[in-house]
Amino acid sequence: MKIWKYGDDVNTDMLFPGKYTYTCSTAEEIKPHLLEDLDPDFAAGVKPGDLVFGGTNFGCGSSREQPTLGLKAVGVEAIVAASFARIFYRSSINQGLLLVECPDAVAAYTDGDEVTLDPAAGTITVAGKAFSFPKLPPEILAIRDAGGLLPWTRAELEK
Amino acid sequence: MGMTFAEKILARKAGLDQTVPGQIVIIEPDHLLTHDNTAAIVGKITDDLERFGVARRSMPVIALDHVVPAASEKHAVNHQTARSFAERFDLPNFYDVGTGVCHQVLMEKGHALPGRVIVGSDSHTCSYGALGVFSTGVDRTEAAALYLRGKTWLRVPETIRITLSGKLQSPVSAKDLVLTIIGDIGAAGAAYRAVEFHGAVDTLTIEERFTIANMGVEMGAKIAVFPVDAVTREYLSSIGIQDSAYEALWADGDAAYGRELTYDLGAIEPVVAAPHKVDNRKSVAELEGTKIQQVLLGTCTNGRLSDLDAAARILDGRTVSPTVRLLVLPASREIYQQAMENGTLATLSKAGGTILPPGCGPCLGAHQGCLAPGEKCLSTANRNFKGRMGCTEAEIYLASPETAAATAIHGTISDPRREVSR
Repeated sequence: MKIWKYGDDVNTDMLFPGKYTYTCSTAEEIKPHLLEDLDPDFAAGVKPGDLVFGGTNFGCGSSREQPTLGLKAVGVEAIVAASFARIFYRSSINQGLLLVECPDAVAAYTDGDEVTLDPAAGTITVAGKAFSFPKLPPEILAIRDAGGLLPWTRAELEK
Repeated sequence: MGMTFAEKILARKAGLDQTVPGQIVIIEPDHLLTHDNTAAIVGKITDDLERFGVARRSMPVIALDHVVPAASEKHAVNHQTARSFAERFDLPNFYDVGTGVCHQVLMEKGHALPGRVIVGSDSHTCSYGALGVFSTGVDRTEAAALYLRGKTWLRVPETIRITLSGKLQSPVSAKDLVLTIIGDIGAAGAAYRAVEFHGAVDTLTIEERFTIANMGVEMGAKIAVFPVDAVTREYLSSIGIQDSAYEALWADGDAAYGRELTYDLGAIEPVVAAPHKVDNRKSVAELEGTKIQQVLLGTCTNGRLSDLDAAARILDGRTVSPTVRLLVLPASREIYQQAMENGTLATLSKAGGTILPPGCGPCLGAHQGCLAPGEKCLSTANRNFKGRMGCTEAEIYLASPETAAATAIHGTISDPRREVSR
């Protein structure tokens, strides 16, 4: 498992360039351009189970969902950041992608530290030290746990 | 204890007596905005739409604006898909290529009315706070789910109260005010929060309020909202909306705020957001002399008639520097026509400007006006992120229409106050 660490104010143009937003919509179209203007090694190197670390205001900017859809599709287990921008936060729930909002864990992490995640308990352990992070309210957790908003919505409509 | 605007409007929409920050409410938005991304949205739910239909036909508003006229076959197919969707489900609020930038269209066509809750799959949906609307951005997946089910959840935000006093001293503008606020509180300074404007808001036109609300998301806000007053009612009346067509509401006098800020409008000076963050605010004086190769005047942030007029007043009888490309992007066809009829477009064209069709293209590097490596653009848009205008090795500076006009003349970042006093 690899940790991809970035700084504050990582915006959605860095996560997925605006020039592709109306030509790339599916996971397969999105994957090659993920983080293209932030880290050219990411798209080819990311593997299922990897974690992305960021600072404050992660995912600010455009409402485009290629970043959350793409990061979920390549198997990123979670994004760990000091704070998230609100549309990105919402979009992650909609894609069934786990966000860990935990400034202390981000501050504690240095390159090479071992990190383990326990989403059910709401804890993240960095170099042996455990930090708790806020869990989603139950009604919102249900959306993420259903695999995202569309599977959840379909189940609701079937009721 | 009284309620803030956000607490009150979400309580009303959710059918509750009151709400508190942090509470989750389920609401049926009055409108859902989508644009060129309509194609990708309906592509997610093609079979579901045939089975379940569109929850409420009056809810969707579609305006094609991001890559218009279509730049390629793929973009043309996107537009075609959106058109077919509107036709298949007999959606009454569809605006085709050329009508304008979606946010301007929602306002001009009377969809953004006080007291309404509007969500949109575009981050600048927060613009309608100018008219006392609770409006905010969501992603494409949420828009798809809304087509099917017609409702969603919202977290009741904490609120920041910003109290204004005094009056802006032209050619200092609303853009300078909002860039100043963002520079002070930072790009995440209002994250998850609502921002209410109080005090001397009556000195600001609806167009100025729109510019400020539009950039709410650039400080991380969920909404940025103004009270409904005589200025609002006059604007709405001018587009044929009577007072009885909406039910405005506003914060109680004893509402509780998480943070309070005050600004003296008379003390605001021309500022620029330097690359690559919107909160990287500098005074124009600090950047004067910086060479600029392209000036973009317009967009949903500053593409209204008063913005184009303000630039034209400075450019009247002058010539754009031979080292600058001046692009003019009116926010809508209506504005384009008004600027044509009052001579503003002629002035801007004679000065050396290139008039583009109403749309979003250059702002996000999707269509027209892309930059080359090493170039610098001064833009009246809302974002200066690296790569935003199609090139990661270019730089974007954000400023007012007045500063844009002065900069276009000299080819370097310039203080508009000197041009006015000439």
